[in-house]
Amino acid sequence: MVDKIIIENLSLQYADGVESLRGISLNIHEKAVTVLFGPAGGGKSTLLRCLNRLNDLTEVKTSSGRILIDGKNILEQDVDVIALRRRIGMVFARPVVLPLSIRGNLTYALELAGEKRRAKLDEAVERSLKLAALWEEVKDRLDDPAIALSGGQQQRLCLARSLALQPEVILLDEPTSGLDPISTGKVEFALQELKKEYTIILVPHSVQQAARTADYAAFFLQGELIEYGEGKSLFTAPKQKRTEDYITGRFG
Amino acid sequence: MKRALSINRHLTQRIGFTVITLMAVATVIPIVAVVIYIFLQGLPAISLEFLTGFPHDGMRAGGILPAIVGTLYLTVGTAIFSVPLGIAAAIYLAEYASDTPLTRTIRIAIINLAGIPSVVYGLFGLGLFVIFLNFGTSILAASLTLSIMTLPVIISTAEESLRSVPQAFRTVSISLGATRWQTIRRIVLKEALPGILTGVILGLERAAGETAPILFTGAAFFLPRLPQSPFDATMALPYHLFVISTQVPEMPIRIQYGTALVLLVFVLTMNLVATVIRSRARAKRQW
Repeated sequence: MVDKIIIENLSLQYADGVESLRGISLNIHEKAVTVLFGPAGGGKSTLLRCLNRLNDLTEVKTSSGRILIDGKNILEQDVDVIALRRRIGMVFARPVVLPLSIRGNLTYALELAGEKRRAKLDEAVERSLKLAALWEEVKDRLDDPAIALSGGQQQRLCLARSLALQPEVILLDEPTSGLDPISTGKVEFALQELKKEYTIILVPHSVQQAARTADYAAFFLQGELIEYGEGKSLFTAPKQKRTEDYITGRFG
Repeated sequence: MKRALSINRHLTQRIGFTVITLMAVATVIPIVAVVIYIFLQGLPAISLEFLTGFPHDGMRAGGILPAIVGTLYLTVGTAIFSVPLGIAAAIYLAEYASDTPLTRTIRIAIINLAGIPSVVYGLFGLGLFVIFLNFGTSILAASLTLSIMTLPVIISTAEESLRSVPQAFRTVSISLGATRWQTIRRIVLKEALPGILTGVILGLERAAGETAPILFTGAAFFLPRLPQSPFDATMALPYHLFVISTQVPEMPIRIQYGTALVLLVFVLTMNLVATVIRSRARAKRQW
C-alpha cells in the first residue's frame, strides 16, 4: 500500500479557539477510502481543510507540523495553493452549486485552469457526471440552471464538479448529511467506484456510514487522533476504550 | 365578562390595523399628489418644440433642449467618475478589507459623506475643481462634484449587495482552484450586479436632480448653444427650473411646470429601470 499523504505531528489552533488539532500523525493510503470520524468539534473538518489549504481563508492562530503529499510538504509558504487545490478536490456538507448551469458548474474549474477546447470540456462533463452517477439523470438538460436539481442531485453534481479536474485526492466533509437514504446510497455507491482511481478522505455523518464505507478509519476526539486502523478491525474490535464507547453509542 | 373581553380585543385589533393601514396610505398621498399635479400643470407645455428647441425671448418662450442635454451630460459625466470608483471601493471593503482601524475610518468617512448638505459639496467643488484645478465652471467640474456626492450611495449599496452573496460560493470557488479575484469577477460580481446597478441608478438619479452642487461648478444661466466640450458650462434641468421660477420676471407658469415635468419624468424613468432590474434579479435569484 502506497502512502499518498503523510501527516506528521500536525497541530493547529484557530484564532477564535473553536476547534483545534493536537499532534496528529496519520498516513493516508492511496486508492482507498479513509474515514475520519468522531463527535463534532473533534478536528475532522479542520484536518480536511488543511489538506487543500482552505484554512488559509480562516484566521489560524498557530500551526505546526508537516503534511507531505507525494513527499512534498504542502504547508510551506512557497507552495502553489491554486495548483494544490486542483489536485485535491473537495465536497462540502451542504450542496453548494455555483449560480451557473449544470455544465457551467462542471467546466468552471477547468476553464479557470485555462482549458478552452470545447471537446475537452464536453468530455470532462460526461466523464465526471458518469463517475458521480448523475449522467443519466441530467444528460438532456446540461444547460439548465444547476439550482433546479434536487438536493441529492446537487450533491452528486458537487462531487462531479470536484472530479472534473481529475484530482488525485477527494475530500468529502459529511457529503450526505442533508440527503435522503436513496441519495445517500447513490453517493456511497459512487465512492466505492471512485476509490479504484482516487484517494478518498471522508468525514461521514454517522458511525454507520463510517463502518459501511471505511477501508481505513481514524477516530478523532477533541482534536486528538485516538485510534487509527483498518476499518474492519477498528469497527469490530477497537483497541481503545474511548473508540469502543463511541462506536457502541455510549457518547457522541 | 370573558366574552365581552374577547370582543373588546378583536375590536382593538381591528382599530389598530385600520390606523396602521391609513398611515401607510397617507405616506403615498403626497408623492402621488405631486406627480399628478405636475403632470396636469406641465402636460400642456409639452410639445416637440419644447423638447427640441432652444429658449428664446429671455427664456419666456421656446424649448428647453440645452437643459435636457446638459442634464444628460452631467449624469453620464457623474457615472464615468463615480461608478468605477464606487464599485472598486465597495469590492475592496466587502471582499478584501479586514476589520482594521483604517477600514473603520473609511466606513465612517463614507457614512459622513452621505450626510453633508449638497450646497457644501458645491462650495467644495468650486474650491477644488473650478479654482484650484482650474477646470473652470464646466461640465467636468460639475460632474466631479456630483460624483463625490454620489459615491457614498454607490459604495454603500454595492458593498451591501456584495456582502449578501453567500459566503459558500466563495469557499467553493476557492476550493476549485480559483483565485480570489477570479471568484469575485466570475461569481460574486455576477450575483451582486443587480443590487449594484440599483444603487448606481439611485445615486445617479439624485445627481441628476440636484441643483446646489452644480450651482457654482458648472451650471449656466443661459447658453445659446449646446456645450461643445467637457470644459464648457452647461444648462441643466434643475438649475433651469430654479432660474425660470425665481430669476425671470413675467415667466409663463406653463413653462415652469413643463420643465418640472420633464425633470420628474427623467428621474422617475431611472427609478423605474432600477425597480425592474431589481425585481427581475430577485425572480431569477438562485439562493
